[in-house]
Amino acid sequence: MDIDFLLNGERITLRDAAATQTLLDWLRLDRGLCGTKEGCNEGDCGACTVMVTDEDGPRALNACILFLPQLHGKAVRTVEGISGPDGALHPVQQAMIDRHGSQCGFCTPGFVVAMATAHARGDRGHDDALAGNLCRCTGYAPIVRAAEDAADAPVPAWMRDAALPSVEAARYAPATLEALLEETAARPEATLIAGATDVGLWVTKDLRDLDDVIFLNRCADLQRIEDDGERLRIGAGVTMDRVHRLMVEHHPDYAEMIRRYGSAQVRAAATIGGNIANGSPIGDNPPALIALGAILHLAHRDGRREMPIEDFFIDYGKQDLRPGEVVEAISLPARAPRLKVWKLSKRFDQDISAVCGAFDIGVDDEGRVGWARIAFGGMAAIPKRARHVEEALLGVRWGEEAIAAAWEAWERDFQPLSDMRASAGYRLNAARNLLSRYLLEDLGAAVDVLEVAP
Amino acid sequence: MSIAKPLPHDAARLHVTGAARYVDDIPAPRDCLHLAFGLSPIAAGRIASLDLAPVRAAPGVIAVLEAADLPHANDVSPSVHDEPLLSGGTVHYLGQPVFLVVATSHLAARKAARLAGFETRSRDAIFDVDDALDAESRFEEGPRIWEKGDAGEAIDGAPHVVSGQITMGGQEHFYLEGQASLALPQEGGDMIVHASTQHPTEIQHKVAEALGIPMHGVRVETRRMGGGFGGKESQGNALAVACAVAARITGRPCRMRYDRDDDFVITGKRHDARIEYRAGFDDEGRMLGVEFEHYIRCGWAQDLSLPVADRAMLHADNAYNLPAARIESHRLKTNTQSATAFRGFGGPQGMLGIERVMDHAAHVLGLDPLELRRRNYYAEADGGGLSAPRASGAPPESISDEKKPGDGADATAGLPGDDALDVASRGAVGSVPEGGAPAAPAGVQTTPYGMAVEDFILHGITERLAESCDYAGRRARVAEWNAANPILRKGLALTPVKFGISFTLSHLNQAGALVHVYQDGSIHLNHGGTEMGQGLFQKVAQVAAARFGVGLERVKITATDTGKVPNTSATAASSGSDLNGMAVKAACDTIRDRIAAHLAERHQTDRSVVRFEGGRVHVGGESYAFDAAAKLAYEGRVSLSATGYYRTPKLQWDRIRGQGRPFYYFAYGAACTEVVIDTLSGEYKLLRTDILHDAGASLNPAIDIGQIEGGFVQGAGWLTTEELVWDGDGRLRTHAPSTYKIPACSDRPRVFNVALWEGSNREETIYRSKAVGEPPFMLGMSAFLALSDAVASCGPGYPALDAPATPERVLEAVSRVRDGV
Repeated sequence: MDIDFLLNGERITLRDAAATQTLLDWLRLDRGLCGTKEGCNEGDCGACTVMVTDEDGPRALNACILFLPQLHGKAVRTVEGISGPDGALHPVQQAMIDRHGSQCGFCTPGFVVAMATAHARGDRGHDDALAGNLCRCTGYAPIVRAAEDAADAPVPAWMRDAALPSVEAARYAPATLEALLEETAARPEATLIAGATDVGLWVTKDLRDLDDVIFLNRCADLQRIEDDGERLRIGAGVTMDRVHRLMVEHHPDYAEMIRRYGSAQVRAAATIGGNIANGSPIGDNPPALIALGAILHLAHRDGRREMPIEDFFIDYGKQDLRPGEVVEAISLPARAPRLKVWKLSKRFDQDISAVCGAFDIGVDDEGRVGWARIAFGGMAAIPKRARHVEEALLGVRWGEEAIAAAWEAWERDFQPLSDMRASAGYRLNAARNLLSRYLLEDLGAAVDVLEVAP
Repeated sequence: MSIAKPLPHDAARLHVTGAARYVDDIPAPRDCLHLAFGLSPIAAGRIASLDLAPVRAAPGVIAVLEAADLPHANDVSPSVHDEPLLSGGTVHYLGQPVFLVVATSHLAARKAARLAGFETRSRDAIFDVDDALDAESRFEEGPRIWEKGDAGEAIDGAPHVVSGQITMGGQEHFYLEGQASLALPQEGGDMIVHASTQHPTEIQHKVAEALGIPMHGVRVETRRMGGGFGGKESQGNALAVACAVAARITGRPCRMRYDRDDDFVITGKRHDARIEYRAGFDDEGRMLGVEFEHYIRCGWAQDLSLPVADRAMLHADNAYNLPAARIESHRLKTNTQSATAFRGFGGPQGMLGIERVMDHAAHVLGLDPLELRRRNYYAEADGGGLSAPRASGAPPESISDEKKPGDGADATAGLPGDDALDVASRGAVGSVPEGGAPAAPAGVQTTPYGMAVEDFILHGITERLAESCDYAGRRARVAEWNAANPILRKGLALTPVKFGISFTLSHLNQAGALVHVYQDGSIHLNHGGTEMGQGLFQKVAQVAAARFGVGLERVKITATDTGKVPNTSATAASSGSDLNGMAVKAACDTIRDRIAAHLAERHQTDRSVVRFEGGRVHVGGESYAFDAAAKLAYEGRVSLSATGYYRTPKLQWDRIRGQGRPFYYFAYGAACTEVVIDTLSGEYKLLRTDILHDAGASLNPAIDIGQIEGGFVQGAGWLTTEELVWDGDGRLRTHAPSTYKIPACSDRPRVFNVALWEGSNREETIYRSKAVGEPPFMLGMSAFLALSDAVASCGPGYPALDAPATPERVLEAVSRVRDGV
């Protein structure tokens, strides 16, 4: 594959690059740029963080699960390009020294790049910007102090790249939906790669050779968000950081869950379509989307289909997706003020859910449950609607009796498994308790530990 | 003077620019080969047949080695030769290296390593401590038992008795830089090894054995590690030996690093443990007697497990004067990764046992746990624990020159000369002092192992901390909050740490240094300690600069190198700056004295009037710039190179009887943590932590505070989110950061106040500082006990929380206390 991009301001042109060569290996092995570190090789530690700039501005990404073809037409800045050409330090670098933000130093380049990227974006939510960077030495406090110190300093001139390279459309990365559907129809076995936050691990951990691939990130038709006031239509290729910004306005509770979804690096790569299409029972978007009554739009060269999103998930690893068909978009109501989304995990940030539950429960004028849409991830082989619970709730007075009325139904809806994230018993108890949380919050009780001050 | 200044880490600028070089960043030499292990797919049994043909046929593969292909010793154990590099036909845990792939790239080696055809015969594996007890599968002939008085009798006669147990999980080190080594073959069969290791001498020793050459044929260099935490004390042996052997066989440089998942699956972790306890106390909560049974899961090989389990016993008292105590320790052998050193080295496990007892007893009596803790503290040292009086403002001179007959250092005298022994490892067998260790004088307060506690300062620390963090006021506000909030409950705990400083294998408490002053006045500094991020190199450079009275820019910190300073101990047991700081001081003072003598002679004056300060050397009424003085000395044919040596005094320890003085001194600290839990989901948040910690007269307050903040968060991680889970086949299911959750940025306490206790070591350590690497780790216990406190507010029962306190365990405990169990 032919790839053109900027590396620390320098134009790079690669010919016949392998489809799944990672940026990290290329930097370290081919370019001898060893500042970018490998900590986990799966996108969970941030030691390999690089800054990638495209038309939407700079974002932090994990180089270990970023394939070179994804960089076509973009600008990459590594830690070596964060300090000035004359060796002058970036304000975040100086602050990290002054605040004793490095100890062993191995995570430090990744932190510096993540901090410099947030700094360039004017983002002062340091805990969220750095949630994807693990440090085992400092306990983070001095790093956050450094980020705060540097926040007001101007962005150094050298951080601004010249114009992005203008590049030709490449066959491996179709630019339009029409071109994409021609490719998928011709090569229905090809692996579709959007953000590579999942497929990346097939390569780095399962050591699979993927030759037959199609990259989705240059397909403009999949990148669109439409808002007609009533409904939102989100292209499958929209990354989760954009979904987050959208939901802050439309569904703040869903947005709060997305704030904890992956990390800044993961949300900048992962797409909403990828999270749905891979059919994982622990994907965090489907429960919210099911509770919202979202419609999934599928496209094939020979025609389009749509379905309630819960119908897409048939069984573990099995989705209602035909050969050559792609997830095109998802549409959902623009407002749902009763929606609550809760993600339970061992760690708040960047952890896969043990249980992710979404609730939309309406109460009628007589104080009875008028509607209920409830869905869970982590509770079954697929993201699943709690239909028995919903039925048990309908028409019942919204109070303790509703919790009691649904008590037995939970076990009919869900027979979860025990694994390293949680036991079956915890999953079922916690899911039940989330319904109580929904009720108690309605009654005005404090239920969120993240909102408690010391 | 460069001492006591909050200077940045010496490599800070290299860190932030990405220029700091780690083993895998060393430019690959021409023709460099890369290695990967093929791993056992079963936890216990035999490999009936192994088909390596597909491995050999894989692209890029140069060689595949099995146990029989190794030229000399097949052993990477730091203790009793029970840990082969490659397994041979019998395997002991799932993930054990069975064969070694040598290939042209890291990726090619990894891919090929997965292609072997295994035919296995599993036998019943032993996974948990109960299985191991049933099978009598243990290290040492039986449990170690140490006693002080008759604890059983004291408990039986006590007005109140509590009993119970606590289980605590292990902990993966998760150093950000995984294990890595690079071996460069030299002429005549010699080998140079670059290793990410806390123990270059151990690497040198194991590589020499594997190559069948004397240690002089192997040179090991370590500039820095990307984190160690104990995980690179012995666990790097396998990679270094593999690289050296493959380099010998192929004649080409060989490099190896573990992919993160391999690192989790192959290497040892902190020992998980179950501690059973029975304690008797009076109406005021004063302990009369305590009995502990420690069940320590050691994994398949001995490694460093005996001293780890010893140190758990040595911290079974933590800060509390136990009139009678009995500690029984079982070191159990299981078919899991061989548990190894991890910051605290067993101390945290032992300490958590007694902290549970304190918490449980307070619950029974309805007393504030802090009040009960203080009632049980050892008595304060004379002078209330504030600065112990110093003889003078000057630090002690060359302790290394003192050779008092019968002092602790002579305990190393009758060591067996068997060269097969790993004498430089903590896994070595220690000698027992002849006639046993001397007992502490009568009437002196002693630990359960008979060591006098002479430097106790926790009354002062606790009082100051309780005041600065408003413990009493917040205790009342937590109660108010809990009265008003049915779902979210708060908890508060203030817990102390008393941690013993010294290697418990007494002969390891020695260190060497090598210092050169060049004719231009620049100084080359080398010592046996390794840099893993803890700031050791900077602290020691500050010592060197201070001795010569020059700025730090004159001092070049150089990589640890077995060719410069031999026979080093691991950089472990928090000992790095204590030992190496003193050795460097001795070396610097030797050169300084030579320069002084030379200049004094030139000026016809006494050398004692020569002063080194402000970058100049003052003699008589004149002064020379330091570089001019160095040049004069060189021209005067004065040797400007010296070694320095130090050994810790006063140590006498008999680990079999559990009697003596294993520690030179104790380091102290206390932390107060407030948490909030959600009684519906078990989720929780650390709201605020206040810490007051004793680093003696700190060599570098910024570096010490960094150790304290980081140690606390790592300790809290051990007891909260970091959970290791194995499945029924012995496969580690939490083998990457996706499944094993160390604290992330937002997990640090919302409010985090850390201060250093203004004090000074009463013992003659380097500039009266104290070791700070491990002790703060145990401050994390305050988070765990605050969670327990929050759970206890939910009902009448005692939480009996186990660790790690994941949301699931918190929720279980809430339901337990509500049921009043």
